[in-house]
Amino acid sequence: MQRNALLEVRGLTAAVAGVEILKGIELTVRAGEVHAIMGPNGSGKSTFAKVLAGHPAYELTGGDALFDGKSLLRMAPEERARAGFFLAFQYPVEMPGVTNSSFLRLAYNTVQGARGRDELDPLEFDDYVQDKLRLLQIDPAFLERSVNEGFSGGEKKRNEILQMALLEPRLAILDEADSGLDIDALRIVANGVNRLRTPDNAVVLVTHYQRLLNYITPDYVHVMDQGRIIKTGDSQLALELERRGYDWVADEYRARQAA
Amino acid sequence: MSTVLQSLVNQPYKHGFVTEIEADVVPKGLNEDIIRLISAKKHEPDWLLEYRLNAYRHWLTMQEPTWSNVRYPKIDFQDIIYFSAPKPKKKLTSMDEVDPELRRTFEKLGVPLHEQKALAGVAVDVIFDSVSVTTTYKQRLAEVGIVFCSFSEAVRDHPELVRKYLGTVVPPGDNFYAALNSAVFTDGSFCYIPKGVRCPMELSTYFRINTQDTGQFERTLIVAEEGSYVSYLEGCTAPKFDTNQLHAAVVELVALDNAEIKYSTVQNWYAGDENGVGGIYNFVTKRGLCKGVSSKISWTQVETGSAITWKYPSCVLLGDNAVGEFYSVALTNHHQQADTGTKMVHIGRNTRSTIVSKGISAGFSNNSYRGLVKIGAKADNARNYSQCDSMLIGDKCGANTFPYVQVGNSSATVEHEATTSKIGEDQLFYFAQRGVGAEDAVSMIINGFCRDVFTQLPMEFAVEATKLLGLKLEGSVG
Repeated sequence: MQRNALLEVRGLTAAVAGVEILKGIELTVRAGEVHAIMGPNGSGKSTFAKVLAGHPAYELTGGDALFDGKSLLRMAPEERARAGFFLAFQYPVEMPGVTNSSFLRLAYNTVQGARGRDELDPLEFDDYVQDKLRLLQIDPAFLERSVNEGFSGGEKKRNEILQMALLEPRLAILDEADSGLDIDALRIVANGVNRLRTPDNAVVLVTHYQRLLNYITPDYVHVMDQGRIIKTGDSQLALELERRGYDWVADEYRARQAA
Repeated sequence: MSTVLQSLVNQPYKHGFVTEIEADVVPKGLNEDIIRLISAKKHEPDWLLEYRLNAYRHWLTMQEPTWSNVRYPKIDFQDIIYFSAPKPKKKLTSMDEVDPELRRTFEKLGVPLHEQKALAGVAVDVIFDSVSVTTTYKQRLAEVGIVFCSFSEAVRDHPELVRKYLGTVVPPGDNFYAALNSAVFTDGSFCYIPKGVRCPMELSTYFRINTQDTGQFERTLIVAEEGSYVSYLEGCTAPKFDTNQLHAAVVELVALDNAEIKYSTVQNWYAGDENGVGGIYNFVTKRGLCKGVSSKISWTQVETGSAITWKYPSCVLLGDNAVGEFYSVALTNHHQQADTGTKMVHIGRNTRSTIVSKGISAGFSNNSYRGLVKIGAKADNARNYSQCDSMLIGDKCGANTFPYVQVGNSSATVEHEATTSKIGEDQLFYFAQRGVGAEDAVSMIINGFCRDVFTQLPMEFAVEATKLLGLKLEGSVG
């Protein structure tokens, strides 16, 4: 039996500064699935992720995205997060003076509160977060540092996955979670993501390269080009892209469009 | 600037009401007769009248300073009322006899005048326009030998102490506004901590300007004898008027051997409206003299109000091993201008100073840090650490840092760090993506930014300061 769609994107178009970046995206993600969205630089992958999360720089021009049957695009960004939509940022911003522990606890308690669950006091939260730190092999001293300030590339990415682990989203989009990671850090991040998978949630990996997919096997691989998803396949497609590049996919797409 | 940020930093001013009360005012303008009149109204001794007149004559020879990074139309000093006092219905013998209208005013401002209702452990001297209305906990403090009263009472009851220290830290001719204050100061607080006494409660002065066209020129003098300790806090508010009022105070602190004075300010004078009309000109001279060995003076200020702020709470580190500290948060919004900082003057050996300044600018405001670190020739092994951080909210505001360093002794160590950051859309979006709304996000960012300063404030006032930054939702402000 086919599970219900967690995310249904229909004909989504969006522009920034008057230039249309997304030109009609179609995508369905069901609970328990892992999707990978690949494509060359500038194809609109990161824009797609940010539009779903509600970044104010982008203007929606058409289409819709349903999350659990409700229009995601009509919710404020914080409501999307509270509903269980999570974006791991490609470039997490730095917050000087804001300690990671207080930030994580505020985010956690806000999301818990929105779900009608109990909030945790600082001591309870500390117990809870220690488990997640072990999962991602993060030094506890990290909690007392300012959010993302002076973090290495690997630490920033792990901090994103830590937040994902704390907030337990239903749908997580990881934007270039692998960029700038050495092989050990990549493995830690990938293991973390795998451990967080359940039959009820789903993960969308936005990535340039196949190497992350050696550790997290996707059910579907999509190729994005010029603001559209132009091809969908299984994990074999990622290997083929690694071998052959992206041009042939675009050529095929143009040929199909012409026919 | 995003509309969310806009509305968050633009909280309405809650203290802008006017109290209808009959006032005893002197005619507008300034001349020797006005000064004689003020002095006579206060039944002052001759030496003090002389002090005023000398200051006034000196002031006439001085030029208004123009070096600061603030702009305002020329002040007409003849268009200001130099004395305004609420008319007492009869002579007060206890707090309960304070005019009910005044009592209500201060209750509305969160400063109850009844000791049983007052903040536990905080004694307050309450200044309304030109005079002190009342001082709480006077008796209890007197039991340990502490004098805490209005300046006028101090002149009457402890003239020898006032005469000994008045003008020793900020001489009448120190600067244009200090000279003006020395000529016309009307009231303020006086505090004397005897040898070896640790003041058992926070001392505090609450300043309120009520009458339009009135200038407030208060004078505060705190003397901490050998081995004593006091923590002192001042708060300030004023009604909304569309004219500017002048507030030119002088604060002098004297710390003798091993004494410590901690002086905190939460300044929330009316800042003018969103177009920059009205508001207080806050031109203040604050200076502490670490006269004794191992004495310590620490200034903490949270400056959120005033159309223009011009103040540099300073420390003169005369005694060997003396310590000076300056912790500041200055928030400017709309068309507010602030030029504030400190001077750390190292004279004694092994003297140390720390400067932590956090400037937050929003709207069209302009926020400057200006600080001097001066190491004298005899200040062997003197050390200074300065950190000046600026945060911008939006792209129409300005932040400047003007550090001056003069080192006259090669064994000194002076460090200076400065940063500028911006609350951007991306930070708010990051919070939002984790479920946190803009109010909480801005509050957390600002609090994080100001953390090093807020931790220096007494507990209740740290909370108050957070609120004062006007960055919390109406409903969550207690």
